Amino acid sequence: MATIDAAERPLADRLRRLTEPRAIALLGIALGILAFWLALPPWTIRAAGIPISVGLLGAFAGLWALMRDERKLGIWAIAVSGLGIAAALWAQGRDESSLQAVVSVGLVTATLRFATPLAFAAIGGIFNERSGIVNIGLEGMMLAGAFFGIYVAAETGSWVLGIVGAMIAGATFGLIHAFFTITMRADQIVIGFAINFLALGLTGYLFRSIYGPEGTPSDVPRIPDVSMPQFIKDIPFVGPVFGDLSVMTWLIIVIVVLSWAVIFKTPIGLRLRSVGEHPRAAETVGISVYKIRYGAVILSGILASLGGAYISFGFGGSFNENMSGGRGFIALAAVILGKWHPVGAFGACLLFGFASGLAQRLQGEADISANLLSTLPYVLVLIALVGVIGRSRPPAAVGRPYVKQ
Amino acid sequence: MTERERRPPETPGPAENAPDPEDAPRSFTESVGAWFGTAVGGIAIPVASTVLAFLVGGLVVAATGHNPLGAYKAIFEGTGLNPLSYISEDDRRGAWADLQQTLIIFTPLVLTAIAVAFAFRCGMFNIGGQGQYLVGVYAAVLVGTSLSGTPSFLHILIAIGASILAGVIWGGIAGILKATVGAHEVITTIMLNWIAIYGGQYLFELGGPLQGAQESIPRSDPVMDAVHLPAFPLSTGLQPLHIGVLVSIAALVVYTLLLNRTTLGYEVRAVGFNPEAARYGGISVGRSYFLALAIAGAFAGLAGSLDMLGWKYTVATNDIQISAVGFTGIAVALLGRNKAVGIFLAALLFAALQTGTSARQLDPAVFPPELAIHLSTLIQALIILFVATELLIVYIWGARKRLGFGGPARVQPELKA
Repeated sequence: MATIDAAERPLADRLRRLTEPRAIALLGIALGILAFWLALPPWTIRAAGIPISVGLLGAFAGLWALMRDERKLGIWAIAVSGLGIAAALWAQGRDESSLQAVVSVGLVTATLRFATPLAFAAIGGIFNERSGIVNIGLEGMMLAGAFFGIYVAAETGSWVLGIVGAMIAGATFGLIHAFFTITMRADQIVIGFAINFLALGLTGYLFRSIYGPEGTPSDVPRIPDVSMPQFIKDIPFVGPVFGDLSVMTWLIIVIVVLSWAVIFKTPIGLRLRSVGEHPRAAETVGISVYKIRYGAVILSGILASLGGAYISFGFGGSFNENMSGGRGFIALAAVILGKWHPVGAFGACLLFGFASGLAQRLQGEADISANLLSTLPYVLVLIALVGVIGRSRPPAAVGRPYVKQ
Repeated sequence: MTERERRPPETPGPAENAPDPEDAPRSFTESVGAWFGTAVGGIAIPVASTVLAFLVGGLVVAATGHNPLGAYKAIFEGTGLNPLSYISEDDRRGAWADLQQTLIIFTPLVLTAIAVAFAFRCGMFNIGGQGQYLVGVYAAVLVGTSLSGTPSFLHILIAIGASILAGVIWGGIAGILKATVGAHEVITTIMLNWIAIYGGQYLFELGGPLQGAQESIPRSDPVMDAVHLPAFPLSTGLQPLHIGVLVSIAALVVYTLLLNRTTLGYEVRAVGFNPEAARYGGISVGRSYFLALAIAGAFAGLAGSLDMLGWKYTVATNDIQISAVGFTGIAVALLGRNKAVGIFLAALLFAALQTGTSARQLDPAVFPPELAIHLSTLIQALIILFVATELLIVYIWGARKRLGFGGPARVQPELKA
């Protein structure tokens, strides 16, 4: 919507919009973040005055916007600027080498690694929500993918077959969810919750039954990394980040682009969206609401299970009871933050991945409790939800069972 | 009470797709559905779901090479609910101890189930019972290990009050977010669960602010003897039955009265029934959302203090990780259909299941306890799945008719009516 407006308006008009309160408030938020960033590598500015003055500038921008009726963003700018100054002063008190260890290229890699499983589940969530089905069972589907993936990989000795196994498990759980919510028209949230419980009980039972106290074998085949040619690895910044990413990370980047194209640029995507917005109208023009919804929910199960597979035999190498650890729910939040758009959701996953990566790296360097830092992604989800909701609209028919005419 | 009210509430919002029961001619499905909405049906579906869940659970047991009947029998023997165990003098002591254990576990399950049910009646799904329970545990430990010298009765009241307050805050955060910015309670309560879990592990970890005197163990100090809840006179053993079980039964009464006999309860139910109509009728929907989740949190927080003051006395980081009282409470509320009697019976079932499958009760030669714990999770999941799906029972009933062993198949079930 905004892009169409922008393209049609003359340049002068667009320049004037830059001085609107909204733009100033966004500038204030940016200045607040900059205040913190200046205290970090590669800048590592030690003079306290610089982040304070940049942060204050941001706060003033927020205040200016606040007084011109841009309440929400204005308050955000002031809050972010205040936090930015505080964090910058804290960072200036640390010695340079430990800052270097936390804030480095490794942080970008860690962000991508933590974001990958989230993004698989989030893209899955977008498909089922776009079709009008709420799926809070993503968590359980990830867990199922994690267990059955590593089980098949260990049995066959092939990580490819392991991924296939995970996908079959995810599809099965997706089918169960679809059967109960679409055909049986049961409450979608209750069924999703039951799916999580079912996956928790089933994987826990089979895990103990098959592997006993020793756990999964240590020689499970792992999902390999893609090693880039040397000339790419030599490029500064790009090399260390993209040199050795997991197959799954590359796969999710492809899937994000692909799902954007499918949802917004193909007839199937149009059908999917129409079923989620107005199923009766969709059926009137000959679209099978049930088929589309079944397909979308099963696909979401497959995608979530891929995320689970990455957790168990991607960056880990073993399975543990309840190892999905709430990632399916963070993925749901990412769907909302990303406004039901694959690229937006991927961005939200990167944000949460960054929080996890930062928490992990701070544990080693700063003297902060690992457990306390582990709350960071969840707190961030809460804060982000407060900031975005109201400007993020779900598909109209989401959550409602459809009765075929 | 209408049929609709008896079902678990649907996601808030008008159900435009649902056929209007007033003008549409009643199909087979609807008439059966109406029967299930009656008193008989209200019992029949939970019972049928439970039986079905145990059957499917038995299949999993059989598939992994164990004898399902033997396993279920062993689990039942360990619950203390078998009247036959009270006949002989030798068995009686053991059975009585088992029954006490079942009732001790029953207590918090009732309360966390109320926490789910109360929010349910306001049209919300409170998955945050676990977090609200945990903050109640922390508050009880904090008060129970400090304020020495306070008279016992007063100390207990302060500890319980602190737990309830903690639960109110934890539920209230989700309530405020729902009422003001419309953040979906499912996501916010789950996030609050994780924050409570990791936050609690931080409090009691090695070097954590509330870690106890034993430096090598990540655990709180035990609460003082003065705050221990009194036990029943006849109770015996290492874990005597504390009076918290009476508190939980009283809570069921309070829950029913609050919901059905007060203005607040009326508003909560009106919002759960149809938020738009409630708003039109002058009810503040946001206020109801907030109050419903805050009160739900109060019940779950109370459960935390009863557990701490009644029999656990101390909390370790490990306990926080494995605790699932809040999640089981969801299954209890769903199976009990948000009714006081239903919650009572369902909590007894799940408490018995948990006692029967605990490592202390189960003979590893009959069925390995480490599997039994997961089996009980599995059965809970299946119960939720079936109990939420009235149509499935109808469907199975219809299939039975079609196959010709349930009388003449006159009408085909019109599932896609």
